[in-house]
Amino acid sequence: MADVTVDARGLQCPMPVIKTAQAMAGLSAGQTVELLATDRGTLSDIPAWTKDMGHALVGQSEGDGEFRFLIEKR
Amino acid sequence: MTTSTGSPEKASEQVPDKMVLIAASGDLDKAWPVLILATTGAAYGMEVTVFFTFWGLGILKRPDAGITGEDWRQRMLSVFRRGSPQGLQLSTLNFGGLGARMMRDLADDHKVASVQELLEMAQQLGVKLWPCQMTMDLMGLAPGDLIDGLDEPAGAGSAISLMKQAKISLFI
Repeated sequence: MADVTVDARGLQCPMPVIKTAQAMAGLSAGQTVELLATDRGTLSDIPAWTKDMGHALVGQSEGDGEFRFLIEKR
Repeated sequence: MTTSTGSPEKASEQVPDKMVLIAASGDLDKAWPVLILATTGAAYGMEVTVFFTFWGLGILKRPDAGITGEDWRQRMLSVFRRGSPQGLQLSTLNFGGLGARMMRDLADDHKVASVQELLEMAQQLGVKLWPCQMTMDLMGLAPGDLIDGLDEPAGAGSAISLMKQAKISLFI
């Protein structure tokens, strides 16, 4: 279970990344953010952002046109 | 597993990387990418500054600024280039404003954040918005004609000084 869930379904670039970053800012290391999105761009944007920021993508799945990412703050 | 350069987990604790965008166009189709990149840069923990010059300064005009300037030429400019996020036009296929309106409706339908929303988001994220002093003088714009929450007007020297240190500098 994630510490925070960001529901960015329906939102387009750049909002999923921005909302994830905002949610992440309020957490401490080891806590997680779950992102729900429908923007296909998140498939490349979220792993890139997570890696560049030094966080860890600990889970990723998709189904019914929705993408789910679980990111752990490092 | 390949080792990446540097240590990203430490990056946020150090001095943030800088990103500078020069917004020189007052076209809707340029204002959008400027603000999308600015907000995303901020989401990357970067210190982002957008320098608004020439037509780009129009993005920062208040929607209710009305006719601005003292000189008749400045006043005429403000009539034909209303500026403000709501007044921006497309660089192509504009058809006297019809194209811009259609594009805004389309963006709305696809839940693409508007220029106005992105501008507010940029301010919330701490993006620095610099109006160009020379453009303000040239076009007869007073600080009161521009939206609130901007940084002090600056010039090319400040922009270059910042770009010298910046990791990303773009002219849009």
